[in-house]
Order: sequence, then structure tokens, then C-alpha cells
Amino acid sequence: MKLRDTLGRRVAVQGIHKRFAGAGRAALDDVSLSVAPGSIFALLGPSGSGKTTLLRIIAGFETPDAGTVIIGDRVVCGPSARVAPEKRGIGFVFQHAALFPHLTVRENILFGMHGFPKPTQKAALAHVTELCALPALLDRYPHELSGGEQQRAAMARAMARGNGVVLLDEPMSSIDASLRAEMGAELRTILRESGTTAILVTHDQAEALAFADVVGVMREGRIEQIDTPQNVYVSPVNPAVGSFLGAANFVPATLSADELRTEIGCFICARMQPMGERLEVMLRPNELAVARDDGGSAFIDDTRFTGATWLYTVRLASGNIVRCEMPAPGHAPIEPGARVRVSSSVSRPLVFPADRD
Amino acid sequence: MVAAALLAIIVALPIVAVIISVFEARADVWVHLAETRLLALSWNTIRLLAGVLVGAGVLGVGLAWLVAVHRFPGRRFFQVALVLPMAVPAYVVAFVMVGLLDFAGPVQTWLRGVFGPNLWLPEIRSYGGVVIAMSLVFYPYVFLLARAAFAERGASMVEAARSLGRGPGAAFWRLALPIARPAIAGGLGLVAMETLGDFGTVSIFNYDTFTTAVYRVWFGMFDRVAAGQIAIALMLFAFLLIGGERLARGRARYTVPDVARSSPIPLSRGRAWLATAACTLVVLIAFVVPAAVLVKWSMRAWQLGHVAQTYPQLVRNTAFIAMFAAVIASFCALVLAYGSRVSDSRALRALRPAALLGYAVPGSVIAVGVLLVLTWLDNGLNNVFKSLFGIELPMLLIASAGGLLFAYLIRFLAVPFQSVQAGLGRIPKSLDESARSVGASTSRVLTRIHAPLLRGSLATAMILMIVEVVKEMPVTMLIRPFGFETLAVEIWQRTSDGMWIEAAPPSLTILACGTVLVALVTRMQKS
Repeated sequence: MKLRDTLGRRVAVQGIHKRFAGAGRAALDDVSLSVAPGSIFALLGPSGSGKTTLLRIIAGFETPDAGTVIIGDRVVCGPSARVAPEKRGIGFVFQHAALFPHLTVRENILFGMHGFPKPTQKAALAHVTELCALPALLDRYPHELSGGEQQRAAMARAMARGNGVVLLDEPMSSIDASLRAEMGAELRTILRESGTTAILVTHDQAEALAFADVVGVMREGRIEQIDTPQNVYVSPVNPAVGSFLGAANFVPATLSADELRTEIGCFICARMQPMGERLEVMLRPNELAVARDDGGSAFIDDTRFTGATWLYTVRLASGNIVRCEMPAPGHAPIEPGARVRVSSSVSRPLVFPADRD
Repeated sequence: MVAAALLAIIVALPIVAVIISVFEARADVWVHLAETRLLALSWNTIRLLAGVLVGAGVLGVGLAWLVAVHRFPGRRFFQVALVLPMAVPAYVVAFVMVGLLDFAGPVQTWLRGVFGPNLWLPEIRSYGGVVIAMSLVFYPYVFLLARAAFAERGASMVEAARSLGRGPGAAFWRLALPIARPAIAGGLGLVAMETLGDFGTVSIFNYDTFTTAVYRVWFGMFDRVAAGQIAIALMLFAFLLIGGERLARGRARYTVPDVARSSPIPLSRGRAWLATAACTLVVLIAFVVPAAVLVKWSMRAWQLGHVAQTYPQLVRNTAFIAMFAAVIASFCALVLAYGSRVSDSRALRALRPAALLGYAVPGSVIAVGVLLVLTWLDNGLNNVFKSLFGIELPMLLIASAGGLLFAYLIRFLAVPFQSVQAGLGRIPKSLDESARSVGASTSRVLTRIHAPLLRGSLATAMILMIVEVVKEMPVTMLIRPFGFETLAVEIWQRTSDGMWIEAAPPSLTILACGTVLVALVTRMQKS
């Protein structure tokens, strides 16, 4: 069965533009990206950032105003080509699974195998059933499955044809928050084992970071940054990306020599290029520490227990608010109203110009 | 709640009466019927039903699929325009078709003028003619329900299919069609009821069915029981249809929540214009042409002085009976819907469908049932008076307009009920509870809280009821008081004499009234 060893194919888009009729802003503005064969790419962005539109353009459900889509080594959408979605050789996992409600799981999977020789169908069915842990569920109807089982069935259906490319549109959004991480790990294993190229659309940064090899952060129709999960989190290209990937404090700073002076201490300036007078440093809550200090100039506004940590809202002398997270074990909570001192263990924080949008 | 239960029982009574009448043995009538017409009638009715279901089904489903998931010029306009034929009573389309296309009509006359007198042309008063006329008028029932089903899931089904390497064709046949089946079956169910219940259209086409037989047995043979028995056969047809679809469903489900985004499929240039042309053609034939012809004929009737002298009286009668019926029916609908809201009693839950059954029962069956009940009551009254005072009473109830109103109520109660219930559903239960908690009784909650909030739904209920009553034919024909003429009665009398021009003014009145009122309701529901 040669079908099984298919390696994922490359997916690339270049210079995609899309504006919907009647919309003020372009939905997609000069978007380009390339996904290596067999890797998992996450398109991360808030709703309205254009990520789903981009995925639908790759699938062929929408037509871009300009730009090229390449799947494998074939241009499926470009100035001189427009391949129908059913001829592109992709699998698509929809937000709500979109299993056909009147067909059993088996019939759902075989729906896409129409026209394949019978033995191939059988082998493919056996393979994806095994891969997605479905053997016991084959004869059930979709409404008889749990949310997670439905998504696994949808995954099996999308992969059965052995195309090597699967596009996933927020596949976990209809699943209970408590099961989401586990489900994500399952889907990731399925993709890995089969060497499938995958593009995942999500607005959940934790999901994107845990799921993907490469993350593309989108905002207002543009790709802001493409990098590994670690890098987009640790070194975002701008404050917007930084705060979208996780809670972040931006503390005003002034540069003198190569020292950044802020209310909560001095830091080494990591960037060399001139950035103007007004700057701010980005510090995640877990990079800050609070300590009770009766002579301190900051106050605790709010104290919250999250389980693993204590989360403080701290008002600095200037009136600026910062959030600060202390690991719970061994930490004696500080009550609101108490005077505190804020410090940071980071020596070279990220620094951005302060006058952003 | 007691009032609601009582109402349900009263409304169900005539249908029960029809069923009971079957058990009164009248073998001779059955034998007579069996020997002469029963087989032919059954065959005619089945054949008609099959033809109209296919015709209306293909038109309704095809147009719905086109409009719901494809992009082509005029798509938004046709989403509304394709529903318009519903405003035209079937018998009006029928007589316009016959008037235009029969042997003496302008089209055939012109064709013979061009091609010579021996030209063969199809006979319009035929099976094919009825099927085409009814399909054109009844397809919107299927169209409306199928369009809603396709719009909800169709485009996303197509996308799912395409992501699996299958084209839009497979998506339609294998996915959208089976998934929309309950909706389509619901629409076809309505078409079947309309077809079975139709009286005017088949009369105009001289096509005998159970409905016309009921009428002829009643007035020709004056045999109530036989009429009731034919009516039962007709009713059985209707119920078999409803039961069949339920059985065919099995374990599969057809609805799943789906809010996924999907966009209409663009059609290639040629196909897009073909789609536009197809929609235009249907709207033209089923609505624009009949309306235009009616205007033309009405003007001719006016010029020739052929507008019935009684025309103002006809309009007054129709308006009077329709409005009266609308007020009564809306009130009853309110009582029934409200009873279901405040009480969850099993008795009421069992009785409510009985009260709404009338919509599934052909008008002539209801008419016969009402007549049976009224005769029985009249005889009872008469006996009481004879034994007490020794006076012979005339048939009081039968001769009154009360029977007619009662029959309309049974036939159409489901129409106002639907809009009142929908309106009640939008009023949160917590409003009732807070009113009750400050000491208001149920009736006070109804008059002071619900009635003001329900004004819109009640107005809709009344308007829809007026539309139904104005164009109603078989019930009116069978139980109107002697000499009580309405627009529909006038149309039937003129068309049965082949006087198309004379039938045009009342038809135009009904058509205009229906179109305006339906537009009004649509506007009200939007705001």
C-alpha cells in the first residue's frame, strides 16, 4: 500500500490580496507564507484578522483578488490557473466537524474515497481508523459521538484520501476547554505519525504554541511574524504580537547610554538601533516579582489566587498598572492596599518605541 | 386551560363525526360507488397527487438549491419573487390557463390562424394541464422549506464534499438532498394536502377527484353519509402520507448545530444567466402572466359592462365573513396557545393536535363533518321543541352563517395558532412569573401583559386568516347559507360556465388582496 507512506506536500501562498465586497479594509493584504512538507503550521490571530479567509483561499472556497497558491509543486490558484477545491488534493477539518449527519462514521470516511479501487478504500479506511482510534465507532452516526470523537472522525475523513495536506479551521473550538489540550495532542500525534502537512487556524495562543512547529501571527489582514513557537513568544516583533501571545506589561523607559531606566529598575538595552526618545520595555507577569516593603512606592490593587500562582495587580508610583505573577508554593500572599516593591529578574528585556498606534 | 381543552374538543368534533359516519352501514351507496366511480376517482386522485408532487417537488427543490447556494444575477430578488405565486389561488391560475390556452382561447386561435385549421394542439383540460397548473402554484411550499434547509447547511455541505474531492453534484445528491429531506417532505406534505383538498382547480379542468365527488354526492344525491364516506377515503390518503415519511427516517438524524461560515458558489457566466432565466420564467408563468391577464380581462369586463351587478355585495360579504372568521380564529388561537403555556396537563397536550388537525384535512371533509354535526344538533333542537311546545322548527343552524364560520375555524385554526404561539414564545416566562408573584390571575396576565405584547402576532394571525378565508372555495361552496355569495363562489359559478372575462374582476380582487396582505405581514415581521 503505497498510499500510506505519502509524505506531506509543501503548501505556499504568495502575495495574496482579498477584499470582500462592501468591506472597508482588505481582509488579506499581501500575505505570503510557506509551509515545509510534513510540518505543522499554526495561523494565529484574533477574530477578523483574516486567518480563516486565508485558509479558505488555500482550500479554494474563496478566490483571492491577487496572489498565488501552490500545493505540492502545482499552482492551484494564480493568474493563469484556478483549480476547483475538489481537485486540489487537500483535506479540510471544519470548525464544527461538519460530519454528514445522515451517514455513519464509516460512510463519512468512505465518501471521499469514491472512485478509488475497493482494496485501496479498505486499506485507507483501516489505516485512518487505526490512526484516529475509531474502530469501535465506525457504525455510529455523528450525533451519537462526543465532540472529541466527532473531531477525530472528521480528521480521519480528511486524511483518508492520503493527500498529505490537511487544513484545520479551529477544530478544537467546539470542544470542552478541559479536553482541548488532550485533543490537540491527539491530533498532533495523528499528523506526526502520518507525516502530513497541516495548517491550523486558531485564536487560542496556547493551542497554537503547543500544536505547531511554526506559528504565523496575523493581525488586520497581514502576517506580523512567522517563527517557531518559542521565538514568537520570547521575541515578538512588536508589542501587539507580544501581548496577543500572552499577558504582558509595557513599562515606560528612557535610554541613557545603553541603560534603560524604568520605574521598576534599570535594564540593559538589547537592541542597538536608534528607536527615538520614548521607549517601553515588555515584561511578562512571571518576569516580575513583588515583595512587601513598607517603604515601597507601589500599592497592591488586587490579589487573586489562580491555583498555581498568585496574580497581583500593582499600582506603581506613576499611576501605571502592572500585573505580576508569583508561584504559589512558598509564597505568602499580600493583601490589597499593602505597600510593595516591584522588581524583575530579567536583565535584557524586549524594548519597543512607546509611540505605537 | 379548561377553555383551551374545551375548544380543542369542539373543533375536533366534526372530524370525529365524519369518521363515525363511516360505520353507519349504507352498503347500497358503497356498492353504487364502487361500481361506478370509486375506482376511477381513486386512480384520478393518486395520479394527480403523484404528478403534482413530482412537479412541485422538482420545481421547489431545484429553485431552492439554485437560490440558496449559488451566486447569479438577481439571486436576492428571486429569493422573494419565487414565493409570490403563493398569493395566487390555484383556481385563478387554472382558469387563466384554460382561458388562454383552450381550443377557443387566443393562443390556439392565433396558432391555427398561422398554421392552418388542422394543426394538432394538446388539450389543456387534461391530466397534464392540471398537474402543470397545480405544480406552478404549489411549488413555493417546497421552495420555502427546502431553501431554509439548504441555506442553513447546503453551502457548508458543498464545501465539505469538495474538500473530499467530490464535486457540487455529489454534494447535492448524496448530502444536501438527504439532509434536507425532512424539510422537503414537510413541504411536499403541504403540497399533498393542498392537492387533495383542492376543489376549484380540478373543477375548472373538469378533472374528477374525491373533492368534486363529495360535492356532487352532497348536492346531486343529497346523501350525507355517502359524502362522508368519500370524505373518509380522502382523509385516509392524507394521513397515510404523513405516516410514511416518519417511518422512512430510521436512526439517522438530520440536524446538527452548524454555524460554520460558507459563501455561495459562483456560477460560470453562461450558467449564471441560465439560472436567472429559469427563475424569471417561473415567476413570469406562475405570477406575472396570470396577474397581467386578469388585469386585461377585468378591464374588458368593465368596458363591456360585464362586471356583476352584485360585485359590491360580493366584496362586502367576503370582507365580512373573512374578518369575522379572523377575529374568532385569532381569539381561539390565543386561548389555545395560552392554555398550552400556563398548563402542562397531559389532556391538553393530547388534545392540541386534534384542534390543529383541520389544516391537514381537505376542506370538503370538514364541510361534511360540520354539516353532519349541525344536522344532528338541529334535529335535537327540533325534537326538544316538538315535545315541549309542539312546534316544528326550521333547520336553524344549518341555514346560518355560523356553520360557515365554524368550518373556517376548524380548517384554518392552525394558521393563527402558529403566529400566536411564536409570539408567545418570544415573551419570557419570567414575565408571567413576576406578574403572578404580585398577585395577578392568569386571565389578568393574559389581558394586561400578553395581549399588549402580542399585538403584532395577533395582527399577523388575523391577516393570514383573512387571506386563507378569502380564497377558500370548497367549504364555502358546501355550507354557505342559501343566497350568500362571496368572491370565491362567484368565481366558481362564472368559471363553471366558462365565462372567463366575468370571472376576472373577483379573481383580481382576491389576488390583489392576497398580495397586499402577504406583503404587509412580511413587512411587519421584518420591523
